[in-house]
Amino acid sequence: MIFYDRMQFAFTITFHYLFPQLTMGLSLLIVYFKWKFLRTKIDKYNDAAIFWMKIFALNFAMGVVTGIPMEFQFGTNWAKFSELTGGIIGQTLAMEGMFSFFLESSFLGLFLFGEKLLGHKLHFVTGFLVFLGSWASGYLILATHSWMQYPVGYEILENGKFVLNNFGALFSNPWLLPSYLHNQAGSMVTSSFVMAGVGAFYLLSNKHNEFGKLFVKTGVIFGLISSLLVAFPTGDLLAKNVAEHQPVAFAAMEGIFETEDGGAEIVLIGQPNMLEKKLDNKIAVPNILSFLTYQDWNMQIKGLNEFDEDVHPTNVPGLYYAYHIMVGLGTIFIGLMLLAAFQLFRKKLYKTTWILWALMLMIPFPYIANTTGWYTAELGRQPWLVYNLLRTADGASPTVSSGNTLFTLLGFIGLYLLLGMLFLMLAGKIINKGPQLNQH
Amino acid sequence: MELFWYIVLMTMLAIYVVLDGYDFGAGIIHLFFAKTEKDKKAITNAIGPFWDANEVWLIAVGGVLFFAFPTLYASSFSGFYLPLMLILWLLIFRAIGLELRGQIKNAMWEAIWDKAFGIASLLLALFFGVALGNIVRGVNLGNVVNGVSTHEAHYFFLPLWNSTFSPQAEQLGVIDWFTLLLGVIGVVALTIHGANWIIFKTNSDLNKKLKKVVFNLNIVMVALVITSLLVWHVIEPKPFHNFMQYPWLWILPVIALTGLIGLFKVKSFKKDGHGFVFSTLFLLGGLASTVASIFPKVLPSTNAINPDLTIYNVAADDYGLTVGVYWFAIAAVLVVIYMIIQYRVFNGKMDDVGYGDH
Repeated sequence: MIFYDRMQFAFTITFHYLFPQLTMGLSLLIVYFKWKFLRTKIDKYNDAAIFWMKIFALNFAMGVVTGIPMEFQFGTNWAKFSELTGGIIGQTLAMEGMFSFFLESSFLGLFLFGEKLLGHKLHFVTGFLVFLGSWASGYLILATHSWMQYPVGYEILENGKFVLNNFGALFSNPWLLPSYLHNQAGSMVTSSFVMAGVGAFYLLSNKHNEFGKLFVKTGVIFGLISSLLVAFPTGDLLAKNVAEHQPVAFAAMEGIFETEDGGAEIVLIGQPNMLEKKLDNKIAVPNILSFLTYQDWNMQIKGLNEFDEDVHPTNVPGLYYAYHIMVGLGTIFIGLMLLAAFQLFRKKLYKTTWILWALMLMIPFPYIANTTGWYTAELGRQPWLVYNLLRTADGASPTVSSGNTLFTLLGFIGLYLLLGMLFLMLAGKIINKGPQLNQH
Repeated sequence: MELFWYIVLMTMLAIYVVLDGYDFGAGIIHLFFAKTEKDKKAITNAIGPFWDANEVWLIAVGGVLFFAFPTLYASSFSGFYLPLMLILWLLIFRAIGLELRGQIKNAMWEAIWDKAFGIASLLLALFFGVALGNIVRGVNLGNVVNGVSTHEAHYFFLPLWNSTFSPQAEQLGVIDWFTLLLGVIGVVALTIHGANWIIFKTNSDLNKKLKKVVFNLNIVMVALVITSLLVWHVIEPKPFHNFMQYPWLWILPVIALTGLIGLFKVKSFKKDGHGFVFSTLFLLGGLASTVASIFPKVLPSTNAINPDLTIYNVAADDYGLTVGVYWFAIAAVLVVIYMIIQYRVFNGKMDDVGYGDH
């Protein structure tokens, strides 16, 4: 019964997060273009800002309409969880609505339709406020997420309810800062790769060449910085958090079934064999994992065998693949962006066709990396909703039957398929038309 | 503390109804009265830059409900599972109808999204009225069957309807003749409200016709209000109990009545905004009277076994509610500032905003 509840949440949140991961990063890039225009008065930058605003507006609309179901679903499908923990996570979720959604939505209208009314400077300010709102939203969601991963500032009453006893602890949670920065860097990766990819598309199709160059250059610079930040220090800190506080999840992520004597190897490739509790076709490098995690080549890392079966993540292969796909793609991103930046530095990037092709074809992959990153966090938390305190199975709505949940899950799948097709069609149309000169 | 957050929540709900109410109303007007492209443009210009911010009030209401009254949030959202999901899907259709229509210049494309926007707006207005009806009528808390609770005392589940469509059946449905009546009131009230907003914010050719529409619908409204008051005792034997105990509450129905009477003068208003003021008064007064009549209940129980949900047995603990006051006060000031800025920039008539032109 809980299966459909989990599927519905997973499906709707996966689809939803395709949009905010672009808009959060893109808002910063648009503000950057607008700022460049104010400083240089070169029209190209303003035209670029207006072009990306159109992409932004479409993504934002998709993010809003798929975001409202997220807040509803805590209550509709996870009523027991909401009842027991609402006094705590309700704080951060209500704050998200009050602090960031109002900010974003009020100024988005002004940003999209107010350029003529406001003048360029105020228009820049509204863009900045939209950026601020979207990043605040991410912060409060990550605060909620961090509490579920690493609960702080609470006590549990006799009736099982979690009550808050330290508001500040929600924000000084050691889980919060690394995961927030990691997530925002991931969002910057997506938007930089999309920008670079669209620029590469223009250069390869030999149209809008001026803008193509600008987009490739901006995308590669921001893409290199953010790809590096995702790995170090943010990803590194987060992995150390997991190793320290969720060792069983860490073992599953890394594919360590048995504790080995001496340092642990890092697995590059291999398929978890859940029947024999081992990795098939393993390719691994000895001792690296111990060094990366503890800066000690010979530090022991616990395997899954050290933990009771009933606290193992419920989907070990899923968790393992999610984590490895994320890390693998992250490594490829750094490599590609280093090459592209090197060619940019030598002023040869716009002629290096194979890198442009790679940049263009790479557009979907940051989305995959961000999604699998979230799957790593969420599958790693299983079988818990609140780590070590409340099991997922105990959080679902007691009165909603699986037939009704399957009905709405199917409805969401159909509706979101339609939304996805419309989005691709319209985004394709905007990109194909390209930036227009001197629109203001 | 519970009372403070109840007032906050109800105020936010009222703001949501007034703001998104005009969006829904504009959608209904768009569906039935907008014939030419110019009419349609006028309507979408009047709400385009606002609808998204207005909808945020719904999310904010949900967030504050979750935080201040988690048990009510859990109970009602799971109990009203199906209608809430339908509302979500309608909100999605309505939003994409508005946002996507202008993306492609093609008569068929525009016709599809016009209908999506209009029909979704109509159904949403209906559903929100039905929702209010469900809260007034109450639900079978604990899903009592033959005198025995089948669930914890504060949980329930309602199908969309039962075979009798009666608000007095033991096994209730979301839609019965009483809740449907409130649904129709919702549609008529928001249509009037939306028409007033369009009159207020545009110089469109529709305005003259809309004034006539407001006048005629207001007659229907009066009939519906009288009918609903007559049948109210079926649901609640002592509907005036709170009003007898606290006579100052009578100001709420008086406000509603002022709005209703004022709207009959729609054709002779000097300023285009006056109609909107009166329909706002009607919505606020009507909504406030309704929730005041059941206070402190927030979800009455229709069986004798499980107690009503009141603001006192569904609230979060005191520390959380107290600490919330601080951040909420800051956020509320900011929200007011945003709204002032937003409505000052888009001050006056909005015929030239160019919503959906890009």
